[in-house]
Amino acid sequence: MALFSKQNKEIFCNPLNLDNPIMVQVLGICSSLAVTSLLKPAIVMGLAVTIITAFSNVIIAAIRNTIPNRIRIIVQLVVVAALVTIVSQILKAVAYDVSVQLSVYVGLIITNCILMGRLEAFAMTNKPWPSFLDGVGNGLGYALILVIVGALREFVGRGSLLGFQLIPQSAYDAGYMNNGMMTMSAMALILLGCVIWVHRAYFYKEK
Amino acid sequence: MEHLINLFFRSIFVDNMIFAYFLGMCSYLAVSKNVKTSLGLGLAVTFVLLITVPVDYFLQTKVLGPDCLVSGVDLSYLSFILFIAVIAGITQLVEMVVEKYSPSLYSALGIFLPLIAVNCAIMGASLFMQQRILMDPDSTQSIVSVWDSIAYAIGSGLGWTLAIVSMGAIREKMEYCNVPKPLQGLGITFITVGLMAMAMLCFSGLKF
Repeated sequence: MALFSKQNKEIFCNPLNLDNPIMVQVLGICSSLAVTSLLKPAIVMGLAVTIITAFSNVIIAAIRNTIPNRIRIIVQLVVVAALVTIVSQILKAVAYDVSVQLSVYVGLIITNCILMGRLEAFAMTNKPWPSFLDGVGNGLGYALILVIVGALREFVGRGSLLGFQLIPQSAYDAGYMNNGMMTMSAMALILLGCVIWVHRAYFYKEK
Repeated sequence: MEHLINLFFRSIFVDNMIFAYFLGMCSYLAVSKNVKTSLGLGLAVTFVLLITVPVDYFLQTKVLGPDCLVSGVDLSYLSFILFIAVIAGITQLVEMVVEKYSPSLYSALGIFLPLIAVNCAIMGASLFMQQRILMDPDSTQSIVSVWDSIAYAIGSGLGWTLAIVSMGAIREKMEYCNVPKPLQGLGITFITVGLMAMAMLCFSGLKF
């Protein structure tokens, strides 16, 4: 099987739109909302989930034939927990301020449904290389939603992106005001609802 | 005593697992289709929380914290693995008990009962508890004794139950509403939760 055959390409691309983990499979909602009040933690969180999903998929796919069926959940949890521990330690060492902002949500990647969902649905029955693509695809699909919601909330709520002020001072002088509602957690839910609305209306076709 | 009551009510209304931290969203969205199953899952989550959080509190203060086992060694980086192992074990136990004593609830909850193990609310409560041990003892959120951790666990569980039961009731009524096609199902549910979360914000200024 070629490394980038048509089938593998589908495995990689589908989660980005048609089979998006958040909007269609409804996995990994918890963490997607809490980290999106600013763009930077949203990007970091998306990358962390992508890396962990990809590598846990590879590890489980590589040892899938040796895992006894009855204890597979525990094995999966241990693999994921070990990877999350590594990522969280690296984050603390490299980007301490972001890891403080993400606080417990890095640890909560362990219980992120995307990981368990993809491990159960894909990695347990497929070879390591397609599993890797599936992990990266799903992770990026998740990151995409995080970035959309994070960018909207930071831009409307604070008038900045990644910390750079985009709306000039003159606009504030003329009476423009930041929408403080956007920085509150409740708006994340409503925004995500609207993103899903747009997606269902224009991109997603019922099978 | 005052601190316990404070912590209890705060974790129900102000630091609500669903409305303030979005923890346990996945099963919350999937199970909250009617009041009865919602109540069952809510109580199961409360029960698992009630056992795991104090156990994790002991692990954190007696085994993992700095200078606990060997002086000069801080094992807290192992907390993720240990906490998840405790949670998975206790979920298994609850599953067996529910299967034995309430087969109807068992079949209604279906796959979501074993999935309590990966319910973010449980893991989240343990991780928040770990953070709060280090907090200033005078703050209303701090957890300084095992009783505090129990009050926090019951409060969070009841807060989660409150959230899922009220959502179940709203969704029962929403069956008869005329929602735009693309918004049906997931979309409108999110917006409803958002509005409920906004309503819950009014508790944030409350002092007990």
